[in-house]
Amino acid sequence: MSALTIDKSGPTRKVKYGSMSRDRTWALRWSYFFLTLFAIVALVPPIYMLITSLKSSAEISAATNPWWVYHPTLSNYKELLTSNQYLRFFWNSAMVSVIVVAVTMLISVPAAFALSRMRFWGSATLATGVFLTYLIPDSLLFIPLFKMFALFGDYTGIQLINRWYVLLLLYPTLTVPFATWIMIGYFASIPKELDEAAIIDGASWFQTLTRIFIPVALPGLIAATIFAFTVSWAQFLYPLVFTTSTDQLVLPVGITTTLIKGDVFNWGQIMTGALLGAAPPLLIYAFLMDYYIAGLTAGATKG
Amino acid sequence: MAEVSLRKVVKRYDDVEAVRGIDLDIADHEFVVLVGPSGCGKSTTLRMIAGLEDITDGDITIGGDVVNDVPPKDRDIAMVFQNYALYPHMTVAENMSFGLRLKHYPKAEIKSRVTEAARMLDITDLIDRKPKQLSGGQRQRVAMGRAIVRNPKVFLFDEPLSNLDAKLRVQMRIEIKKVHQKVRTTTVYVTHDQVEAMTLADRVVVMNKGKIEQIGTPNELYHSPATRFVAGFIGSPAMNFLPCRLEESGGKLNVRLTDRLSFPLPPARAARYQNLPRSEKLLLGLRPEHLTEANGHAAPGVENFETVLDVTEPMGMETLVYFTLEGTYVCGRVNPSAGARDGAPLRLAVDLNNMHLLNEGTGAVL
Repeated sequence: MSALTIDKSGPTRKVKYGSMSRDRTWALRWSYFFLTLFAIVALVPPIYMLITSLKSSAEISAATNPWWVYHPTLSNYKELLTSNQYLRFFWNSAMVSVIVVAVTMLISVPAAFALSRMRFWGSATLATGVFLTYLIPDSLLFIPLFKMFALFGDYTGIQLINRWYVLLLLYPTLTVPFATWIMIGYFASIPKELDEAAIIDGASWFQTLTRIFIPVALPGLIAATIFAFTVSWAQFLYPLVFTTSTDQLVLPVGITTTLIKGDVFNWGQIMTGALLGAAPPLLIYAFLMDYYIAGLTAGATKG
Repeated sequence: MAEVSLRKVVKRYDDVEAVRGIDLDIADHEFVVLVGPSGCGKSTTLRMIAGLEDITDGDITIGGDVVNDVPPKDRDIAMVFQNYALYPHMTVAENMSFGLRLKHYPKAEIKSRVTEAARMLDITDLIDRKPKQLSGGQRQRVAMGRAIVRNPKVFLFDEPLSNLDAKLRVQMRIEIKKVHQKVRTTTVYVTHDQVEAMTLADRVVVMNKGKIEQIGTPNELYHSPATRFVAGFIGSPAMNFLPCRLEESGGKLNVRLTDRLSFPLPPARAARYQNLPRSEKLLLGLRPEHLTEANGHAAPGVENFETVLDVTEPMGMETLVYFTLEGTYVCGRVNPSAGARDGAPLRLAVDLNNMHLLNEGTGAVL
């Protein structure tokens, strides 16, 4: 109200321009306010993890300022990085994630190409179906899936439960639908004359995919890859349910099950392990952020 | 190089008939333009020749072979698209050579063909650039280059100049004509722009509502249109159509517009229209250039009349005048020095030696 009063009594009648720029100023102030708020909320946990990871167990349990390190030590890092168990989790996670990413892309890229371009009977319904699959949460699926794999083991004698490679079958159920959806959106943004030109130039469908669509849709492809990697790397529920032996565990489950012994929480190592575990996706995001955003927005507006 | 034939070609989408049984013979080396308004089936026809659309009925032959079920890549054609359709991740040279590389041509052969095409299109300096670094006109040249290097039997152009600004369009039109003079490849060119059609074509095919209205050289279409559609479509500003009927007075044939206004027909025209029924509702077709300022000299077949101009459009070399003639809005072309002004009276001359008579009901030119 006060701003309005000032404006009325102002010497010039630039009310419109004044209010335009004032709107903008306020919009910016609110943006900064909320962005700062979100940044704080998002950054406090990793900062707390970092601080705690640099403390000894004694200092963690001492009644000092939890936001300050008085006697910094790398002992947590040393112990974890020399622990065969932790390295095993890391290795399992890496292997599962890399293979899942590869499988996901091998399935979803040709699927998206077929669904967006080849126009066969029911392709539109199928495309929607792919997306609907993604909407079913893993917390609903894990019980029937567990039952299925258990029955499969009973009938065939091939035991998949409590093997790290069972995750290679499980994760794609999460990654393939979303990756396909991103790629459908991206492929749809490629003008159809481009494939027609390729077809007239003599390219087969496969050549059109590999030599035109994949290079042109590279940002979308990278976005889908990052997504698949993040989902595989961070997945907690499936490995928690399907793997139990320590040598079969992946990082997120490994940390929580081996570093919490009964009611003893080894906080220093838990934080260190989580921080190290967060590093690979973080590095990938940092390098490929621009592609990721380009890929997601293309999918959002055109898909 | 080859001739292209369409025999009773039909294209039906569900319940819509986009192309309704057209016959067309395109000779070797010929430059044929398909022209018509949006939705007339011209692009569909081109895409059927390309093999990008299946044909519902009829036959298409290229070089004597029926290609109805031959995939596009085996038809030995090249196509230039309205939006260029250049591969954005490839350089100009890679764009042009893509087809040849797919067919595993020797490297030296590819290089010489690309160099030759680039030289012909004056894009030698751009050969290592990506499409996004090129202007619209340059992109269109590359798209043409991609067609030329393939040395196909037939070139297909789908509204290639529609995305360019007016000046560049004129320039590229000449380029296309030059290229055709050099390579002499049979060409089918689709456009909605009748000026483009007239300037480029050996023969123009005017299409309307999925059918061919008329096939002819640009001059034939202009001077002897077969239907009201062609008469009105070809030429800018369009031909004027005035309701009229024929009447006999004193042994001479007159064309009567209203009770107040009639013109005697010149002998050649009178002979041509002598046998038409007198009561029939007709349209008098007059091109704007045959409605000019009266120059005071009597000439056979030229009749003068007074009118009051509504709007004038000075074009520099001529002035377009718009006025109402017995209830019909009419456009004429006068000399800039004729003194035409908005709202001013002017004495005009109508040249009946170049008139057309059309049947109002069927639209046929008589």
